Amino acid sequence: MANLINTQGPVQDTELTTVTLEQWQEEKASFAGQSLELTVSSDQTADLFGEDAANFARISIDFPKFADGRGYSAARLLREKYKYTGELRAVGDVLIDQVFFMKRCGFDTYALREDQIVEDAIAAFSTFTNPYQNDVHDQRPLFRRRLS
Amino acid sequence: MYVYDQYDQQLLNERVAQFKGQMERYLDGKISEEEFLPLRLQNGIYVQRYAPMLRVAVPYGALNSAQVRKLAYVARTYDKGYAHISTRQNVQFNWPELEQCPQILADLAEVQMHAVQTSGNCIRNTTTDEYAGVIAEEIVDPRPYCEIIRQWSTFHPEFAFLPRKFKIAVNAVPGQDRAAITMHDIGINIVKNDAGDIGYRVLVGGGLGRTPILGEEICAFLPEEDLLAYLDAVIRVYNQFGRRDNKYKARIKILVKALGVDRMRELVEEEFNRLKDGEGKLTQAELERVKQHFIDPEYKTLSDNPVELTAAKEENKAFSRWMERNVRQHKKAGYAVVTLTLKQIGTPPGDITAEQLDQVADLADEYSFGELRSTHNQNLVLADVEQTELFGLWQKLKSLGMATPTLGLLTDMICCPGGDFCALANAKSIPVAEAIQARFENLDYLWDLGEIDLNISGCMNACGHHHVGNIGVLGVDKKGEEFYQVSLGGNSGGNDADGSSLGKILGPSFAREAMPDVIAKILDFYVDQRTDGESFLEVYRRVGHTPFKEAVYGKPD
Repeated sequence: MANLINTQGPVQDTELTTVTLEQWQEEKASFAGQSLELTVSSDQTADLFGEDAANFARISIDFPKFADGRGYSAARLLREKYKYTGELRAVGDVLIDQVFFMKRCGFDTYALREDQIVEDAIAAFSTFTNPYQNDVHDQRPLFRRRLS
Repeated sequence: MYVYDQYDQQLLNERVAQFKGQMERYLDGKISEEEFLPLRLQNGIYVQRYAPMLRVAVPYGALNSAQVRKLAYVARTYDKGYAHISTRQNVQFNWPELEQCPQILADLAEVQMHAVQTSGNCIRNTTTDEYAGVIAEEIVDPRPYCEIIRQWSTFHPEFAFLPRKFKIAVNAVPGQDRAAITMHDIGINIVKNDAGDIGYRVLVGGGLGRTPILGEEICAFLPEEDLLAYLDAVIRVYNQFGRRDNKYKARIKILVKALGVDRMRELVEEEFNRLKDGEGKLTQAELERVKQHFIDPEYKTLSDNPVELTAAKEENKAFSRWMERNVRQHKKAGYAVVTLTLKQIGTPPGDITAEQLDQVADLADEYSFGELRSTHNQNLVLADVEQTELFGLWQKLKSLGMATPTLGLLTDMICCPGGDFCALANAKSIPVAEAIQARFENLDYLWDLGEIDLNISGCMNACGHHHVGNIGVLGVDKKGEEFYQVSLGGNSGGNDADGSSLGKILGPSFAREAMPDVIAKILDFYVDQRTDGESFLEVYRRVGHTPFKEAVYGKPD
């Protein structure tokens, strides 16, 4: 079992009705009124479900291999283009050395692979103090923060 | 050059700490080999044939003397006493111990150097013209733009796990391509529009490797402040839609070919239009801040061709040759741009010893405001030398073996480390380079041949840029034996912005021993065919491929 964490530490999971993108697209109406989690695979790009994102309390994006970086763009687009405000969860091959990037792209919970040490992952969320780029949490790149 | 402030230094220090921790966890068995791989790659560490190789970043080729001395220290302390200048202006060490790499990186961080993203499927070191800032032809100095790209790409949260590596190059000289931008994933040409505004003409989808393709124009004019938003948009499209099922089809060039550049442009512009007026837009204040790091040093008011120089040239034929070949016109009167060739016979192209590094650092301090550049032709440059000092500098360079007057000539070869070091290589490349250098060492003959790019790669990953050599040599493996395939007619742009071309394979490959003879046949045919002043490439383009082929293989019956 993966260990579910946020940037502060372990968190309890919340029970939601889970739907895949295929199920959602086929039978949207049948899920009316339920609190939903959408699970998407790494090849399901954000343009396929971004407009519907507000229907979900949680969107879980799968990293089938940690080296598959598509989920970073999906997360960022969900937050910045589709203005998704629900929970965004990284699932699958979620490792200590990627969580800092995931956080910056808009994930807020992480199903850390079970062999990963939770304390090390929590520490990794503060790897860099002042990154160069803008991100989901601060729209200003360092060159705007530097001058302020 | 760019000097780190507290933010830059803090980021680098945090990186050193991060990798130290990662290495400790790896050595403790807490990170698997497979999962450690991208972590070490993004810190410049390959595992090669005999030992790890550490590739240190030299952003757009800029070095100061303190950094060069530190490289000498690393070579002496952790390696076998030498370093290698790569074809992307970086510095490679072939023999460090894996466990020592975190300490090497900590040492390098003291002089604002690092190995960040010099490998792995991420945005790599941005390259540019080695003469940036000192030649009159450029529209603006491209280095501030490269530095802005460096900062934006460093630990970019979204683009650390792209489908494949991603390389950006910047050219700022109109009518020329001084950074081989057509061969990069993104090529940026700094241009001015009719209103006099600075902007960029952007190419996308160029690259060498197994499928060599020249980049295509995706944007004719991008305003100056929109650079980073546009790069974000291009790479976001690539990160989502680039192929990940086959590493040989994963570069952006394959995506651009599959979609067509027009569709690619639509996707990029849709994303760009959303981003361009956001907080990520560059500010004139930031452009100005970075440009302040690249303002001219305190040049003296001098005149060109001082009497001492003219006299020395008249008196000394060898000096005058070196002047003609390795010294270039500077934008400022009384100064010159000097290239130090690292192509001595008996040394692999681009190799430099720790002692030479220390001595070159001293020369930079004495003659060139303490700065140096590395070049994609695997040489070094002192960019700001007073013309009155050239004779003295030449004498010192001669004793260092760095004054061979062959810049741009046949023996100024580009050559990858090849099978002597690299685990990917199919064949050795250094012995071929050495055999050719030994065969064609006669300076009069080399001068008579004129400018020829001879590029050698040990495998089809093309680190030696063989596709764009006027003469390209590619090492191939045939049933466990090393052979060499020759191509002709490649060109990386250079003085002609539209002159880039990919070489065409001449025919069946050759054994290593045959290579000097093969090159000799090609050169003899060129000399026989040329009319006054025609370069090798001009003759090749005029007479065509077949006559050259017949000159090497004989006429078919």
